[in-house]
Amino acid sequence: MAEVHLWSGLRSLADGQEVVEVEGQTVGQVLDGLVAAHPGLEPAIKRGVSVAVDGQVVPGNRTHPVAPDSEVFLLQKLAGG
Amino acid sequence: MALDGPKTAYKYIGTTPDRPDGLDKVTGRARYGADINVPGMLHGAVVRSPHAHARILKIDATKALAMEGVKAVVTRADFPDGLDGEDWNLQENCMAGEKALYDGHAVAAVAATSPLIARDAAKAIVVDYEPLPHVTDVDAAMAEGAPVIRDGAADFSVPEGMHPNVVRYFESGRGELEKGFAEADLVIEKSFTTEAAHQGYIEPQACLGQMGADGRGEMWVTTQGHWFVRRMSAAILGTEATGLRVTPSEIGGGFGGKTTVFIEPLSLALSRKAGGKPVKMVMTRGEVLRATGPTASASMDVKMGITKDGRITAASGTFRMQGGAFPGAPVDVTTMLAFGNYDIEHVHQVGYDVLANRPKQAAYRAPGAPMAAFATESVLDELCRKLGLDPIDTRLKNAAREGTRATFGPKYGPIGLVETLEAAKAHANYHAPLGPNQGRGVASGYWMNHGGETSASVAISEDGTVTVSIGTPDIGGSRASMALMAAEAFGVAYENVRVNISDTGALGVNEPTHGSRATFASGLATIRAAEDCITKLCKRAADKWGIDAEAVTWEDGCAKPSGPNAGEFPPMPIAEIAAEMGETGGPISGHFEDTPAGFSGSFGTHVVDVEVDPETGRTTILRYLVVQDAGKAIHPAYVEGQFQGGAVQGIGWTLNEEYIYGQDGRLQNAGFLDYRVPVASDLPMIDTVIVEVPNPGHPYGVRGVGETGITPPLPAIANAVREATGKRITDLPLRPSRVLAAIRDKGD
Repeated sequence: MAEVHLWSGLRSLADGQEVVEVEGQTVGQVLDGLVAAHPGLEPAIKRGVSVAVDGQVVPGNRTHPVAPDSEVFLLQKLAGG
Repeated sequence: MALDGPKTAYKYIGTTPDRPDGLDKVTGRARYGADINVPGMLHGAVVRSPHAHARILKIDATKALAMEGVKAVVTRADFPDGLDGEDWNLQENCMAGEKALYDGHAVAAVAATSPLIARDAAKAIVVDYEPLPHVTDVDAAMAEGAPVIRDGAADFSVPEGMHPNVVRYFESGRGELEKGFAEADLVIEKSFTTEAAHQGYIEPQACLGQMGADGRGEMWVTTQGHWFVRRMSAAILGTEATGLRVTPSEIGGGFGGKTTVFIEPLSLALSRKAGGKPVKMVMTRGEVLRATGPTASASMDVKMGITKDGRITAASGTFRMQGGAFPGAPVDVTTMLAFGNYDIEHVHQVGYDVLANRPKQAAYRAPGAPMAAFATESVLDELCRKLGLDPIDTRLKNAAREGTRATFGPKYGPIGLVETLEAAKAHANYHAPLGPNQGRGVASGYWMNHGGETSASVAISEDGTVTVSIGTPDIGGSRASMALMAAEAFGVAYENVRVNISDTGALGVNEPTHGSRATFASGLATIRAAEDCITKLCKRAADKWGIDAEAVTWEDGCAKPSGPNAGEFPPMPIAEIAAEMGETGGPISGHFEDTPAGFSGSFGTHVVDVEVDPETGRTTILRYLVVQDAGKAIHPAYVEGQFQGGAVQGIGWTLNEEYIYGQDGRLQNAGFLDYRVPVASDLPMIDTVIVEVPNPGHPYGVRGVGETGITPPLPAIANAVREATGKRITDLPLRPSRVLAAIRDKGD
C-alpha cells in the first residue's frame, strides 16, 4: 500500500486524513484508488494535480510506477512561463 | 552497444558557438508573426470595451458591413455555445458574451481589405453598453459588498461564506505553528502588495489565420506553443484539432505570455466567415497591455520566527491574488513555493484566487513565485537585520539540501541552493565597499520546472549531416542547445546539425516552451532520438561487416567493432553509412516521445547594490550578481543570458512596472511611454555565476534555468533599498515617489 499525502486543503474531502493508504502500481491506479476511497477528492483530481513519487514530480503521467513503500504527495498542477 | 550511464566528459556541451539562427535575426531575414503576407489576405481589427464592467445590450455592425472593403464581422454569436471549464474561459476572454469584463475586452472583430479600413470599420461598429459597478483591487474584490463579477465561478475548494469573487482556495502546511513561533527569539509579521506586471515582450501578438467552412485551415503565429494554439482555437471554434495546422513564426519574446490565445481564434472565425480568405491580425502595444495577460497582482501577509543564532522556527503566509476576470491567478504556486528555499518544521500557507475587472492573467516567468519571494525574503531580511545576522550565513543555516523535506511535502533530490549561496558569498560583489545612500540586498529563489508532453525526431541526411526536428519554439537559443546536444550524442560537428522547429503536422504533441522545459525536455528527446538513430546506424555497419549489431559501438561519429569476437574493421563514419542508406535498408531516423519526469528545480541567489537619491527617491542599480544552478550549462552564454534577462525583468517589476487603473476602471498606462520597462541605460552589466549541480534526471544533467532568475530580484532590491534608506517598503513598485515618501516618513 502506498502512502499518499494530501495537502491540507484536500483533507476535508478525505475524512480529515492527512495520509491515505492506497493500492496501486502506477500513478493512475493510485489516483483512481484515492477517488474510489474518497469520492469527494474527484473534483480536485479531475481539475489536475501533480504527483510526487519518492521526491520526483511526475505531472500528468499516469503510467509512472509506484512501489508499495513509495511516498506519494499530491501537489497542485504546475507548468510555468 | 552501450549508450546509457552518466556522462561526465564532453566535447561540445559547454562550448559557446554562434546560434544557427543568429545571422537571420541580425540581418532581418528571420520572419516573425507579422512578417507574412499572402495573396488575397484580409486584415483584422478588434472592437474593445471602454468599460471595466458592462452588460452588452446590442452590437450593430450595419454601418461597418456597408463600408467598401469590409468582408466580415464576428461577435460572440459566431462562436459555439456549450463550452465549460477553461475552454469557456478562453472563449469568453477572446470574445465577450453577455458582459464586458474589463477595459479592453474584445466584443467584436472585423476583417477588411486593408488595415486602415479594418480599423475604421471597427470604429463604425456601434455597441450599446449598460455600465456596471467594477472592482480592480484584489482586497476590494474580496470585501463584503464588492461587485460580483461572475456568480457561481467558485470551485469545490472555496469554503462557504466567502465572497463569490473568491473562486479557488488553497491551504497547505505541516507542524504546529504556535509551537514553532514560541520557540523563536524574534517573530516578524508584515503585509505586502505587488502590482500586476506585463511580460513586455518586444513582439506583439500577431497571426495569419485561414479556415474554410469545412473547419480546416492553417495558421502562422508567434507563440510559445503551437499545439496549444491548435487545441485552444479548435475548442473555441468547435472544430477538430487536426483540421488546423499551426506553424510557429520566429518569436520576439514571450516569457509565458504567449502560451495562450487572444486574437488567434478571431482571425480563424473571421476567415471562416469571409469565405476562407486568410486574415492577418497584429496587436498594437496598447492592445497588448490592455487585453493580453499580465501576471497577477498580490496582497500578502507573512509571519516568520527565528532564533538568535539564525534558525527559522516557523513560517506562515496568506496570499491573495487577482488574475483578472477569470480563475487562474497562480496562487497555487505562490503557496507551494513561498518558503520552498528552507528547511522549516512548522509552516502553513493559505491562498485565495480572486476575480477582478482586469484582463485574464497569463503565465509570466515563474508565475506566482516572485510575489511570494518578495514577501518571505523581505521578512527574513528584516529578521536578520534586527538580530545582526549575515543574510547569506542565515540562509545557509536554513537552506534546503538533498534530502530536506520541502515545505510543500516531498523530499528534494540533488539541488544547488547551498552552492549558490556559497558562490555568492565568495564573489567580489558581496564584499565591495558601499558609500552613502547605498545598500546591499540578498535574496534566494526557486522554480520547480516542468517536463511536459514532448516529441522529437532526428534524421540522417545523405551526406551524413543531421536534422533535428523539435516542437518547442526557439525563444532563447534552443536551436543552438539542441544542436550541441545532438552533436555530443552523435559525435559530429555542431555545424553539421540543423535544428528545425516543426509545425503541428510534423510531430506528435508538444507542450509549449514553458516551465523552463525546452532545454530539459526537448533536449532529452533530442538525445534519446539520436540514440535511437545511432542504434540503427550501428545495425547498418554490423550488417555490412557481417557481425552482430551488439558487437558494434558508436564513438566520435563512427561505428566501430567492439569486443573480442567482433573482428578487425576500420571505423565506419556516419557519412559513409548515410551515403549507402538507400541500399542498406532505407532512410535512417530516430524518434522519441514521452512526458518526461526527471526534471529538477533550479535555485538562485542574487546580490544587488543600489544607491537611492535622498532628494528624489530614485533608485539606481550599482551592481547586480546572479548565481544560479543550471545542472549542466549546455551553452553557457545563453544560460547567462537567461540569468540576466530574469534579473532585468525583476528589476523592472520592482522599481517601475505596474498596471495603473483609474477610478473608472480603465488602464491608465497602456503604452511603453507610461508603462516603464528598464532599458540598457538603466542597468549595469549583470554579473553571473553558473553553478552546476547535475540533475540526475537528464542524460547530461540539465536543469531548466529560464524562470528562477525573476524570483529573487523583487526582495533583493527591496532589501538593498531597506539598507540604503533605513525604511522597509512593503509595496511594489519602488517608484521614486513611494521611496521618497518612505524616506520622509518619520516612522520605522
